[in-house]
Amino acid sequence: MSTIVQALGDGAVVAKRNLIKIKRVPDLLVFSTLSPIMFVLLFAYVFGGSIEIPGMDYREFLMAGIFAQTVVFGATITGSGLADDIQKGVIDRFRSLPMARSAVLIGRTTSDLANNVIVIVVMSVTGLIVGWRIHSSFFEALAGFALLLLFAYALSWGMAIVGLMVRSPEVFNNASFIVIFPLTFIANTFVQESKLPGFLKTFAEWNPVSAVTQAARQLFGNTNPAFPPPDVWSLRHPVLMTLIWVAIFLAVFVPLATRQYRKAVSR
Amino acid sequence: MADAIVAEGLVKRYGSVVALDGLDLVVPEGTVMGLLGPNGAGKTTTVRVLTTLLEHDKGRATVAGLDVVADAKQLRSKIGLSGQYSAVDENLTGFENLDMVARLYHLGKQRSRERARELLERFDLVDAADRPVKGYSGGMRRRLDLAGALVAKPSVLFLDEPTTGLDPRSRLGMWDVIEELVAGGTTLLLTTQYLEEADRLADKIAVIDHGRVIALGTADELKAQVGGERLELSLGSAQDVAKAREVLGPLAIGEIVADERGHRLTVPVSGGAEVLVDGIRRLDAEAIKVLDIGLRRPTLDDVFLTLTGHAAEEKQGERGE
Repeated sequence: MSTIVQALGDGAVVAKRNLIKIKRVPDLLVFSTLSPIMFVLLFAYVFGGSIEIPGMDYREFLMAGIFAQTVVFGATITGSGLADDIQKGVIDRFRSLPMARSAVLIGRTTSDLANNVIVIVVMSVTGLIVGWRIHSSFFEALAGFALLLLFAYALSWGMAIVGLMVRSPEVFNNASFIVIFPLTFIANTFVQESKLPGFLKTFAEWNPVSAVTQAARQLFGNTNPAFPPPDVWSLRHPVLMTLIWVAIFLAVFVPLATRQYRKAVSR
Repeated sequence: MADAIVAEGLVKRYGSVVALDGLDLVVPEGTVMGLLGPNGAGKTTTVRVLTTLLEHDKGRATVAGLDVVADAKQLRSKIGLSGQYSAVDENLTGFENLDMVARLYHLGKQRSRERARELLERFDLVDAADRPVKGYSGGMRRRLDLAGALVAKPSVLFLDEPTTGLDPRSRLGMWDVIEELVAGGTTLLLTTQYLEEADRLADKIAVIDHGRVIALGTADELKAQVGGERLELSLGSAQDVAKAREVLGPLAIGEIVADERGHRLTVPVSGGAEVLVDGIRRLDAEAIKVLDIGLRRPTLDDVFLTLTGHAAEEKQGERGE
């Protein structure tokens, strides 16, 4: 059996195990979908009135941002899940088995992707209820969702590295918050990046989360041609930029995460 | 008979802490080796190196004839490991746990299911097979974890403190299970903090301290080295402790340990109850007031005290146990 086929087969066994957890502990899924619903409602009704987006309704503008934020949060489950497995000694068991070294990570990131799919479906319905509409073609919309999920998947591998390093889900959650919040807020997710002051504006323009948000906005048809994005390459070519970020993330994070996994042992 | 486990001069450092300091170990095929030592002695590190979880810095080790570093992948299909904490998934049922492990040993879908059912039967977990592990007792979890280590019928089995944290009844149950296993001819390396456990299960015991083997032998040989039993006394005053020490001097077969503040005295003796009676007579003749006196078998502490000159607890909490 070739190495890659074996890694995928083992990965599928591990993914199945993680998915059983979603079934047995439904609270996890309930809360990971409730918080984006809450975000949609908060931003649509609380901030929606005070944030003006020229040329369009705020809710139209908002949804792609919330999608991006949510899948990024979804990606963090990879890190806390692995940290939990280390703490409980499950990783030790896996590492003593003749399975592919990357299988636990492949399985973990795949099941977290599945989790993100469910969350996106729930959010889309919520969005439609509060007045969000897709103005593009079916395939463009599908491409938008695919891009969001791909972005989160690539980011999952980065979260894996941190989760394997800190070895405790509590520490991981605190640590990831510090990174995730600025990353998803200093962006074009909830406000226009052009309204941000100096340095933050530059950061937002090149922030990977901005690229994926802008890409989703375009693919969902939630943009107004009369008000184009700022003349920055990353935001003028958001789909390409997102794909570049995904390639960079995977190229850097996959080998690093696999290396970290080899060394990971519980205390 | 070939040797199932050979370790030569293993060294493993964590920063400035030396977890293994030139550890040598040989376990012949089909025998049980007990690795006895306190927390921090290097027991778990040894198991991790031998099961390919950790790479050592120096030395050489082979298990089942395979090098633990160069042939790591091949080796993993020949060994079974049950760790100090039950590495079972709480959210899966007992069956799902074993089925998953079997799939990861690449037994195939059909065979994996059969093997999982077989093991559940053997470890008396049939009734709980389809319940999530979350509801299992500590003893059941350990049995399931052990079953997981046996999925691929390994020729060499590693059990890291298999009964730590179990209540006495579950501990006895676990011992029965392990005894049955080794009767089948599996080579077993077992780590433990309990002399009693090593005594019951192991053919040979390696006492380890500071990352090296400091004594090796059968349980009887070690106990002989430690010296028979211990006469333990509790006395009324420090003067009595000193007097008793003098009076009991002729009975001692080793160094008498006196705790003047606690008014306690420990005298290594041999000869069982007769010595106890003799001791009481001698104390009575000198009119020394004894609050309590008893005879007990040597413990891990005694082994350590004799072999290393320090008590086992001193190293509690050290890294790389």
